Amino acid sequence: MCGIVGLHLRNPDLHPRLGELLTGMLCEMEDRGADSAGVAVYGDPTWAPPGTATVSVLADGLDAPALAEELAAAVGGSVDVTTAGPTLLVHAAVDASTLAAAVRAAAPDALVIGFGEDLAVLKGVGRPRDLAAAFGLPAAQGWQGVGHTRMATESAVTPAGSHPYAVGPDQCMVHNGSFHNYPTIRRELEARGVRFDSANDTEVGARFVAQCLEDGLDVETALKELCRTFDGFYTLLVSNRDSFAVVRDAIACKPAVVAETDDWVAMASEYRALVGLPGIESARLFEPEPERIYAWTR
Amino acid sequence: MDPLTATLSPTRDPKDLSMTDTLELDLAVSTLREVNARLHDPDLGVDDVVVTHPAGRHSVAVGLNRPMTVTVKGHVGYYAAGMNQSADVVVEGNAGVGVAENMMSGSVWVKGSASQSAGATAHGGLLVVEGDAAARCGISMKGVDIVVGGSIGHMSAFMAQAGRLVVRGDASDALGDSIYEARIYVRGAVASLGADCVAKEMRPEHHEELATLLKSAGYEDDDTHAYTRYGSARSLYHFHVDNTSAY
Repeated sequence: MCGIVGLHLRNPDLHPRLGELLTGMLCEMEDRGADSAGVAVYGDPTWAPPGTATVSVLADGLDAPALAEELAAAVGGSVDVTTAGPTLLVHAAVDASTLAAAVRAAAPDALVIGFGEDLAVLKGVGRPRDLAAAFGLPAAQGWQGVGHTRMATESAVTPAGSHPYAVGPDQCMVHNGSFHNYPTIRRELEARGVRFDSANDTEVGARFVAQCLEDGLDVETALKELCRTFDGFYTLLVSNRDSFAVVRDAIACKPAVVAETDDWVAMASEYRALVGLPGIESARLFEPEPERIYAWTR
Repeated sequence: MDPLTATLSPTRDPKDLSMTDTLELDLAVSTLREVNARLHDPDLGVDDVVVTHPAGRHSVAVGLNRPMTVTVKGHVGYYAAGMNQSADVVVEGNAGVGVAENMMSGSVWVKGSASQSAGATAHGGLLVVEGDAAARCGISMKGVDIVVGGSIGHMSAFMAQAGRLVVRGDASDALGDSIYEARIYVRGAVASLGADCVAKEMRPEHHEELATLLKSAGYEDDDTHAYTRYGSARSLYHFHVDNTSAY
């Protein structure tokens, strides 16, 4: 069991409330998984300042000012490093993939957990409620956020094993369930040069989708490929900077509820995670059908 | 003040309530355990209870075991009204996974839609879902009657042993897989039948049975001739000598 939540805000008036609403959703799912948690937030002006790329990094004992200085020399421009709980957020007005590569080179022991123009990823080991407070999540703003509460099955309880997996630019995946044939797919991806950060099954799913997108497929086609290729149980929420997609496996035993209003689209493992959203009383509620791709774009 | 009685008239002790009164239990001020304990209390003093603000909580009104009416005002989470005996539970909203699972008797009436495994393993009573029911509706049902106003998801009535399942809409894939002696009536399309489930003739007793079931759920205007009966071909659960080598 794990809990997943996602909120895609259509009404800009709600953007200042993204973190508050996402915190409520995440904490309600704490009893579906309380060993780790994480969020991905799109469009927070502090965590992902406009006009810069942001790389989210987990690193023990990394000296932020020294890292900023080293990265500034590497990318040839000003680099800011800020903290949000245990996560370092690196900002610079360069290409996001270039900045991520520079971070990996400067801090080879650090874990890059997300990169993009608009995306900040915060994740770690511990109770979701405590982590949300440590991240300062209630104050976050933006147009889209996803979250995950983990009850580990397929790999160890470590920061690298926590969700979300944000392995492509501005992309993010959270997963409730377990993939079964992922070692085979991982070997195939590794043969293509894809590198992995963890032994986790979801990371294979996320890197598979990232590879499909890099190969030029759109999100819906990539998720159809995932359904065709992966064996296992899953409800997946896959986001990037302008879309938000949900898919469940053919058996569909992992729960999912979608609620939609003119102001927002929300998805959660259970309805109770949605009760705090404004206008939920009149939202259109439904459960996604198995192996059907639901996608919303802005 | 006891939050459970706070919504009653403050001048009256709940012990003095007459059986015609309605007791309101508010899940916004009381815990689920407190509310369920009150519903189980043989000295509750009322037979009509309204539960407000369920907010999708799990296990609302489970294990009721006497004739009483419980109306839940809103959406409920998993296992609502599970193991019900004798009580009549109305959910004025949607129900999560496993509504009325293992019901023995009484009724559970969902005004909205139900998630997967509605009425799972239930032995008796009546489950009505006015909207749709998701996958595995009536899985391993053992005598319950289920009437669904809308459509049902895949693998419904899987290994259904006894009871009746009526669907006014469509059924998704693998309906009645490995079914035993439950009877299924579907008005709409069936995407596919599971192993050993077949369409069967509607004889007069089936029209009569179906009409009674539809009436019990308030759908007495339906034409029973629009429905198809499905049940077991009985080729799977009898020993067949040709299969000896498989054992």
